[in-house]
Amino acid sequence: MSTTLLLVQLLNGLQLGIILFLIAAGLTLVFGVMGFINLAHGVQYMVGAYLTFHFYGMTGHFLAALVLAMIAALVLGLVLEWLVFRRLYDRDHLDQVLATFGIILFLNEAVKVIWGPVPLSVPTPEALSGSFFLMPGLLYPSYRIAIIAAGIAVAVLLYVLVMKTRIGMLVRAGATHPDIVAALGVDVRRLFMLVFGFGAMLAGFAGGLAAPIFALEPGMGDNLLIVAFVVIVIGGIGSIKGAFVAALLVGLVDTLGRTLATDTLRLVLDASAANQIGPALASMLIYVLMAAILWVRPQGLFRARSA
Amino acid sequence: MSRTLSTTAPPRPTWQGLRLYSPAILVFLGLALVPTFASLGAENYILGLVTRLMILAIAAISLDLLLGHGGLVSFGHAAFLGLGAYTTGILLTEGVFQAELIVLAVIALSALFALVTGAVSLRTSGVYFIMITLAFGQMLFFAASSLAAYGGDDGLTLWDRADLFGTDLLHTRQGRFYATLAVLLATFVVVNAVVDSRFGRVLRAAKENPTRVAALGFDVFRFRLAAYVLAGTICGIAGMLSALQAEFVSPAIMSWQRSGELIVMVVLGGMATRNGALLGALAFVLLEVWLADLTVHWKLIFGPLLVLVVLYAKGGLAALLRPLTAEGRHG
Repeated sequence: MSTTLLLVQLLNGLQLGIILFLIAAGLTLVFGVMGFINLAHGVQYMVGAYLTFHFYGMTGHFLAALVLAMIAALVLGLVLEWLVFRRLYDRDHLDQVLATFGIILFLNEAVKVIWGPVPLSVPTPEALSGSFFLMPGLLYPSYRIAIIAAGIAVAVLLYVLVMKTRIGMLVRAGATHPDIVAALGVDVRRLFMLVFGFGAMLAGFAGGLAAPIFALEPGMGDNLLIVAFVVIVIGGIGSIKGAFVAALLVGLVDTLGRTLATDTLRLVLDASAANQIGPALASMLIYVLMAAILWVRPQGLFRARSA
Repeated sequence: MSRTLSTTAPPRPTWQGLRLYSPAILVFLGLALVPTFASLGAENYILGLVTRLMILAIAAISLDLLLGHGGLVSFGHAAFLGLGAYTTGILLTEGVFQAELIVLAVIALSALFALVTGAVSLRTSGVYFIMITLAFGQMLFFAASSLAAYGGDDGLTLWDRADLFGTDLLHTRQGRFYATLAVLLATFVVVNAVVDSRFGRVLRAAKENPTRVAALGFDVFRFRLAAYVLAGTICGIAGMLSALQAEFVSPAIMSWQRSGELIVMVVLGGMATRNGALLGALAFVLLEVWLADLTVHWKLIFGPLLVLVVLYAKGGLAALLRPLTAEGRHG
């Protein structure tokens, strides 16, 4: 394992972590403020990616497509909130899980009907199609650098929004004492809708960003959703800071695990056994990490609200 | 709450008991007749479909022990289906053909997996528990997907059949049908007996008010863990039956959507009721077959239907049948 390869994998892990953060942030924000567990967050990510594909086909311009997709994702989120989710805030978690599961089935199938079951791809935007010179012997695709930068920008923006603005203050107060916030005369329904729409837009943004690097297919958000769950469980449900730290941790552990597991196992096992067990073990790594962290801290690393 | 404990005295095999279990008795009678009617036409299709239905019913009944009676929303129950199926598939591939040995291995592995993951998951509650069980299920899914030696993503076709105590009972569709029916009946009886037992009462009371149950001197964690292990083990056996029936195993059996479907079955039938999980599995599979017959995109209908059921139809089928069964409300 050369240092260069290790560095590239570190960057890949960082980039996966950023995508996970963008998904997990919306999820944890919605849960933190409303106590609402939204399984459909993953399909909203998928829809964001497909919309980016669609608008790219119409405009031929990636940035325009991304912005249009974000607006459409926001609208979709608000429509879902209006149609279904607002009826679920007072229900128990099981009802929320089931209803959002129904939405997943519907949207995955709808995407299959509209865009077909065949994987699609979005080309990398022209300006970012080259490679970025990091150090002698190490070139890294510019687009992936852009993803990392965009993710960090969103993290900073979220931090400022949540910690420095009036809305952020309400969000933080709502996360810990929702009843008091309502009693103080805040229109909680509007706050909920706002947070929900913002979360949906973040998921759509993540989908759009990921469109040029992942294949677009129905159900593409489902697996990422569960990894995002792992992220927010590790980070502490409701905590944006927790989501950021845990997303990077999970991204790095997963990526490095896949690279290193087989090689590490070769030290103790013969090559064919290592080739067999390595990938299986690597794919289990983040869940073992989650179990280990929960064993020590059942509430996650940064707790924001009791579940 | 106090009613919960007082209204659940074990029903004796009287008229009342017959009435309470009447939907299940009808279903079992109907199932026993299926092979006779199936021989009239499309036998393979019908036997295969109904066997699959019964396997899902076993899984759903075991899940209701956690979901309904225990109040533990496990979103990773399909992992046990997968564990049972893969244990069966791998043993058959490696040349172990004795079904009695396979079932022992399935029980041991399912119980062990339930013990370890349950011990971690049950330290948490609420949304954490949902997400953690989901994550553990996904862990097993990806582990199976990476098992290149046993088919990986594509799954594993089983070329050999299992012998039950040296007989070829499990070699025919009919034989597997009756074996599955027997396991389903046993599961139904055992789970209802467990629910009626002192153990079941503690479990249900802990769902209502864990603090009070703990104050009475019960170790809630242990009771829940025992229920988790029991439910996982039963579901593991369902997985084994699934592998034998389909003669094929793939990671799809334990996708998280499958776990979601099991929850849907339990809720559709009515949680924490006598007949609910059984009826729910029946209704789910028949609905799926019917909708899939209407259109390949049946999920476009099923998804919104599910949302409507959650929003407007609480209590499931068991609530509809309450005039018939006179079942007391609990939970």
